[in-house]
This record gives sequence, C-alpha cells and structure tokens, in this order.
Amino acid sequence: MSGVIVNEVRKGFYLDSVALMRFSRTIAGLEGIEEAALMMGTPANRRIMSDAGLLEDAGKAAEGGDLVIGIRAKDQKSADHALGESRALLDQPTAKDGDAAVWRPRTLRAAVKLAPESNLALISVPGDFAVAEARKAIRRGLHTMIFSDNVDIAEEAALKREAHELGCLVMGPDCGTAIINGTALAFANRVPRGDIGIVGASGTGTQEVSCLIAQYGSGVSHAIGVGGRDLKPEVGAISTLMAIDALDADPGTKHIVLVSKPPETEVAAKVLERIGESAKPATICFIGADESSMPANATQVFSLKDAARVACGMNDEDVKSADAGAAVSIQPGRSQVRGLFAGGTLCAEAQVIFKAADFPTISNAPIPGVPSLDKANGGHPMLDLGEDEYTQGKPHPMIDPSVRDDVIIEALKDEAVAVILADMVIGYGAHDDPAGYFAGILKEHGVEGGPLVIASVTGTEEDPQIRSIQMAKLEAAGVHVAPTNADAAAWALSAIRSNG
Amino acid sequence: MKAEMKVIEDANREALKRMLSGDPVLVDVIPAMEAITELKERMILHAGPPIGWDGLCGPMRGAITGIAVFEGWAPDLEVAEKLAADGAFDFHPNHHFDAVGPMTGLTTLSQPVMVVENRTFGNRAYCALNEGLGKVMRFGGNDDEVLDRLRWLRDVLGPAMSKALRSGDGISLKSLVARGLTMGDEMHQRNVACSGLTLRAMSPALASTSTDTEALSDILSFIGGNDQFFLNIAMAMGKAIMDPVRGIEGSSLVTAMSRNGTDFGIRVSGTGDKWFTAPVEMPEGLYFPGFTEADANPDMGDSTIVETIGLGGFAMGAAPAVAGFVGAGTASEAANFTRTMGEITLGENPEWTIPALDYLGVPTGIDIRLVVETGLSPTINTGIAHKEPGVGQVGAGVVRAPMACFEQALHAFAQSVGVS
Repeated sequence: MSGVIVNEVRKGFYLDSVALMRFSRTIAGLEGIEEAALMMGTPANRRIMSDAGLLEDAGKAAEGGDLVIGIRAKDQKSADHALGESRALLDQPTAKDGDAAVWRPRTLRAAVKLAPESNLALISVPGDFAVAEARKAIRRGLHTMIFSDNVDIAEEAALKREAHELGCLVMGPDCGTAIINGTALAFANRVPRGDIGIVGASGTGTQEVSCLIAQYGSGVSHAIGVGGRDLKPEVGAISTLMAIDALDADPGTKHIVLVSKPPETEVAAKVLERIGESAKPATICFIGADESSMPANATQVFSLKDAARVACGMNDEDVKSADAGAAVSIQPGRSQVRGLFAGGTLCAEAQVIFKAADFPTISNAPIPGVPSLDKANGGHPMLDLGEDEYTQGKPHPMIDPSVRDDVIIEALKDEAVAVILADMVIGYGAHDDPAGYFAGILKEHGVEGGPLVIASVTGTEEDPQIRSIQMAKLEAAGVHVAPTNADAAAWALSAIRSNG
Repeated sequence: MKAEMKVIEDANREALKRMLSGDPVLVDVIPAMEAITELKERMILHAGPPIGWDGLCGPMRGAITGIAVFEGWAPDLEVAEKLAADGAFDFHPNHHFDAVGPMTGLTTLSQPVMVVENRTFGNRAYCALNEGLGKVMRFGGNDDEVLDRLRWLRDVLGPAMSKALRSGDGISLKSLVARGLTMGDEMHQRNVACSGLTLRAMSPALASTSTDTEALSDILSFIGGNDQFFLNIAMAMGKAIMDPVRGIEGSSLVTAMSRNGTDFGIRVSGTGDKWFTAPVEMPEGLYFPGFTEADANPDMGDSTIVETIGLGGFAMGAAPAVAGFVGAGTASEAANFTRTMGEITLGENPEWTIPALDYLGVPTGIDIRLVVETGLSPTINTGIAHKEPGVGQVGAGVVRAPMACFEQALHAFAQSVGVS
C-alpha cells in the first residue's frame, strides 16, 4: 500500500450502492490504479475503504450522506486521471438512450401471455421435440405450423387427430411454406393478396404456384401447407381436409388449388369428394399422377405452371414464351440433360414434362413411372439436392447453395452432359443471392464448349432478392433463363431434340 | 397420461392457492430454545440441506466456532474448532425445525429468533435477527466484536422487540412487502424500504414499552442503520408461507431452495421433505475494494426462501439497481429478469406487484417441470462471503440455482405420480 492515495468527498451526494460498485470496478481497472472505490461514507463503508488502504484525512471525515472517492495509484498522474474519470461517471451516471433490453419469451406459454390474441404458432425445433411443442400449442387453441422434420408418422397422425378434435389446423411437420392472411411463413414469397387459395403438401410446389399466380397478375388469399405426408394413408389427409374446409368457408377465396404428390387411391378419393362438395372451382395438381376422374368443379393439371394458369383463368397461349431451347445448338456427342434442383417439387415437375414427351428420366426422388437413380443407368438424371443424401449435416440448398457446388462442377466437366437444368428459389428464408452464387460457380468452373445451362427463378419482384435482378445475373453468366420451371424443362427438351 | 396431468394440475392449483392465501404476521421475538423445543446443548442448526463438519466451507466453520464460544460450549475459537472436528456438535438444517437463517444461518439455544405466524394456517416460522453489515457471523465472522453484537441482540434488542410486538397485534407483512416493492425493495439485496417501514411500525411500541432511553436509542439507531434488517423477517415470512404448501401429493411446486455453502438443495411439494442437492455455484457479482472473485465462497444461505415466494431475483424489476451486478444494469434488464422467471412459475401474485412493470405481479410458484423444460433455473440475488473463516462479506451478486437439483427432483416427482 505504498502508492499515491487520493480522496475526494462529495457532500450530500447519494448514488445507489450497486451503481457505485460498478463505477469502482471501472476505476480500479484503469491503467496505473492499484485499488479504487466509490462508496457512501457510512462508518461500515469507511472501514472497508480503510482496510483496503484507500482512506486519507478527507475521506475519514466523510459522513453517511457523503460520497467518497478513494483511489490508490502507482503515481500522481494515474491518480489524477482516475479522479477525473470518477467525476465524469458521477456527473453522467445514466445509460445511453437505446440501451434498453428487449424481452423475448422463451416458451409458448409466456408468448401467449404476452400476445393473448395470437392464434398461430410456428414451431421450428429438433424433430424429437416438435410434437410435444405442437401439443402445447393446440391445447392453447393455436393453429400450428411445424417447420421441423424427422417426426414419426404415427405421432404426426395422433397429433393431427387431437388437433382436429380441438378445431386446430396443423401445418406440417416438415411444412416449409405457408402464406396466411398475406403473411409469409418460413420459405415463402411476397405475393399479392388475391382470391386464389392454395393447399400445398409441398413447399417449393406452393412457392412456384403462388409466384406464377403473381406473375400472371392474380393473387393469393392463403397458402396453407400441410406437410409432405399428410396425404399418406397413415395420416389420411386430416390437415388437407381441414385446409379445404377453411378455404371453402373463407369469403376471400374464390378458387382452390391443391398441390401434392400423387396420393393413394382411397386418400385421393376422400380429398376429391370434399373438393366436390364445395361450390368453388378447384384446380388439382397431383404432380406425377396420371389422369383420373375429377369432380365437376375441379380441373386436373399436371404441372405447377398449369396449376397457376388454370387458377388464373388463362389459356395456354396467354402464358406461352419464346422457346429459347430450339434456337441454340449443343456440342456434338453430348446428349444428356442433367437436372440439379434445390426444390423437390420443381424436380418432380421437370420429370413430368420429360415423361409427357416420352424422354426417359431417372431420379433420386422419382415420380411414379420414373426409375430411381440406383435402379437404372439410362435416362436423364433429375436430382433433388434437398434430399437427405445431399444435406446430411448441412443446410438445405435453398439456404446454402454451396451444397450444389460439387454436382454442378461435376456436370460442367462431364462431356456427356448437353444441358444443365437448374432452379433458383428466392424469397424469405432463402439464400440472399442464389443466382449470383450460381453465376460465380459457372464463371469459375465453366469450360469452353461445355454444357448449355437453362434455369428459372421462383420468386417475385417484391421478394428481398428481386426476381428480375436474379434473372439478369443468370443471363449475364450466359444462362438461358425461362419464365417458369416447366418452361425451363421444355426448353431443355427442345435443345436436345433440335440437336438430336 | 391425461389423468396424471389432471392430478398435477389440481395439486399445483392447490399449492399456489395456499401460497397466495398465506397471511404472515411478525408476532414476537423469543429465545430459540422456546421456539424450537427440540434444541439442546451443542446442537447447531445451519443453512442449507444436511451436511457434516467435514463437508463445511470456510465461513460456515468460522461461524460455528464463533457460536460455540457464544453459547459457552468452548472457551475460545481454537478449542471450538477442535470440538467440532471431534464431532462434539450435532448439525441439522434449519429447515427441519421450522427455521431459516441467512448465509451461514446458524440457530442455537440462546439466540433470539423472530416469530412469523401464518394466520391462515396457524403455523409459525423462525429466523434470527439481522446483525447488520460488515464483519458478521452470517458471513463467517467470529471475533469479539461479532460475538458482542450477538450478545446485545440476545440481551437488549430481542427482549425489547418482543415487548413491543406483544403489546400489539404484530406486524402484518403481506401489505408491508407490497408497499416495499413499490418503493424499490426486492427483499433480498434491497430491504431499505421494508426495514424503514418496519421500524416505523414498531417505533411507538418500542418507545412505550421501553424504560431505558439509552437502550432505546441504541435499538432505533441499530435498526435505522441496517438496510438489510428486514431480510431476516422476509425469510421467516417465506418459510411461514411455504411450509403449508409442503406435502401436496402430485404438486411439482418448489417449497424450499437453500444452500449450505457446499451444496444447493431444493424440496418439492409432491416429493415431501426429500432434498435434491447439487454443488452450489459461484455468484457473478461485484466486490468490495481489496477483494476479488478469488476470495469468494460459493453460494450460501437459506435466504433463497425469498426467491421461492417470488421475491429477490424474481422481483428484480422492482429494484433495477440490483441488475447491475450482472450485465449492463439497466432497468429494462432488471424487468427481463422478472419476466424470465415468469417462464418457470405457475402464476403471479396479485397482491405483490411491480409498478414499473405495469403492476405485473411477482412470478410465483416455481414449477420444476417448467425449470427443466425451459432450461431456465431460478435467478438468486445474494451476498458473497469470504471463503476463509472469520473475514466476513466481500461482495454481492447474482447466482443461478443448479439445474441438476431440478432434474433429480423431476425424476423423483415423475415416479411419485406414476410416470416414468
């Protein structure tokens, strides 16, 4: 305790003891300071300061209502500096504006207490906990969107039965996309409000249909996701039927679009029967299904593009684009189209287009009638890169496009590949510049005389990434950009046809 | 499954009802031997769950040697320590005898204890008088000054308070605490308002029952100079409120949280009087000049009974300054502490509200299921003792209850309701 001791007493100056302890810590931490304290001058405090070697005559004379600054420094200069800093703290003790902490509830229970009028919960937790959280939500009367996947299908069915009894809709599990009352949830796009209601068992299918509806000048009332397995017999379309009920009852919905993988016969029958009970016209897209009988008010379509077109009341001619595929030439000896998709339903739609034209495809996510990748070696490969074998431990390619790098580079270097067919999905939740990223890969790894690249952008002008800017980036990289995913597939067909 | 849920919900509703309907009144100060008739020579009640001499921390050992001299069981501290090590003393938790004590929290034969009666249920709870700040027994102090103060509490303050309280109908604590919350107390780190309100309530009777003006003056200045005087009253109140909530079959509500400086223990209504323990944690806080975290003893004391009833760290929003021990120390952070404790409690106390939070009631009724589910353990405001015997308080801060206590309790609770 050999240093310079400086005391200063402020008569009749009170400050809270915790605030003073904080100041003490700050001052004691200054360069050249051995010990420091700011305390009210009560006898007990003066004793603490004395024990710490901080008191000289001025401080010893302080009283309970006085504030004592005690500093022990290695030299006078450090002591003076610390005293100046102490005065500054006492003269300006308050926190700055904007320092206020915001409270965010950690549980549904607290969130509902904070916003008692809420009626929908979005659940995104590891799959093991998703059903437990969803149960809490529906028992509070909340409709529920479950983004989580890896939920046992029996649990899904039990949850949906309970929710049905409670009058709550369960969207999901594994529901990536919904637009409710104009609010985009999870992976969804900013589309105008309108009178077309969508029920979607597929995320990217719902995104493509809703974006094309926007492109065709109409709008969406609600897009209700139900999860990829809702139309499986184990679940029995509980949520799909409730979603149809909701859209049927909604005065803002004039037309209903249903997008799903082909359901099994008895589930399809149940769903179509419910559609038939509605007075509203409906468009049914069981992507990859064969033609089947429909209720009188329903039109069956086979592509996402046609789902949007029919719902918007447009003809084929209205939505026709100049076929860029017919105008290009591809390198001799190359004949394969390789589809590299981030969106699962976009991959399925490409298979539908090829199948309708009698061009064989193979896929890791095959539609009915298409062989799976490991069961055949002929055919144009259509890869769904969002499937587990590509995303183990990684984010979905819509979030992290680098998941697609290896397969793109491989295709660029493969001399059998005539056309690379790709999708860019933008909107909320998606990567902030998938086209720019894709263009970068092409620039770095593209080879002279390599494959033709055809792509489309699923999104709208109002999306954060802005569709036209994404398209321009692709075009600048030499990509042929089609107006829809279906057109991109058709262009690829034209390209290999015209060169075959 | 649904049937079990109903049992739990009903039991917790009953538990919360008992908590909120408690009517604690400070009625008397009497020698511990009169309050707790089981007490005998060389029997020492301590804070926290059960523990023996070998497991005790420094400040607890310091306090024990001091109290042994105070009670006349040993001529000096050295002999006292030898006796303790030889097993001459019989250790039990305060909680097993309707009592609580802050920090080391020792209760022995001749100490005066305050009596809080829960008039709704008729039970009583006890806590020793607060000794003030600085070098005191509850922080492990044991020198002559400490022992002399204990003698004065026994011979002067205790009897005087007894006379004053008996001359009236006692001091009703529920409304006093409600008022204290509006004045910036959270009843663990901050007791300035309630200490003042208590002194105001007691002063006329202290004066009218006193024959010795010098002693009266000492009493008034002792209470008036002790910002934490009310803490021990709040603790006895907490114990008096929580004891009727014990033993409700199927209730997952925490009835006690307590630490002995080595282990943290909790009790849960539905699992009876079993303790679930885990090693105590180190508070995060601020230190008096000359001390650092290296000097600190981990968390200690029965004072967490205050958090158990929704005060202390749970009522941080009422005393924003206390949030300054951790984080930026803003009022909004303090409010967040209170709101976050709402995530692990069954309800709010409509009579104990915080004006700055739009009169939000303090979060009340800790549910072990919510603690484990949210991963949020109770926030506790606390003093920090020096880890060596005989030194005293070195700082104050905020600490969390160890999650392991709640996990163990939940396993046992699940078995008790037939879910495993």
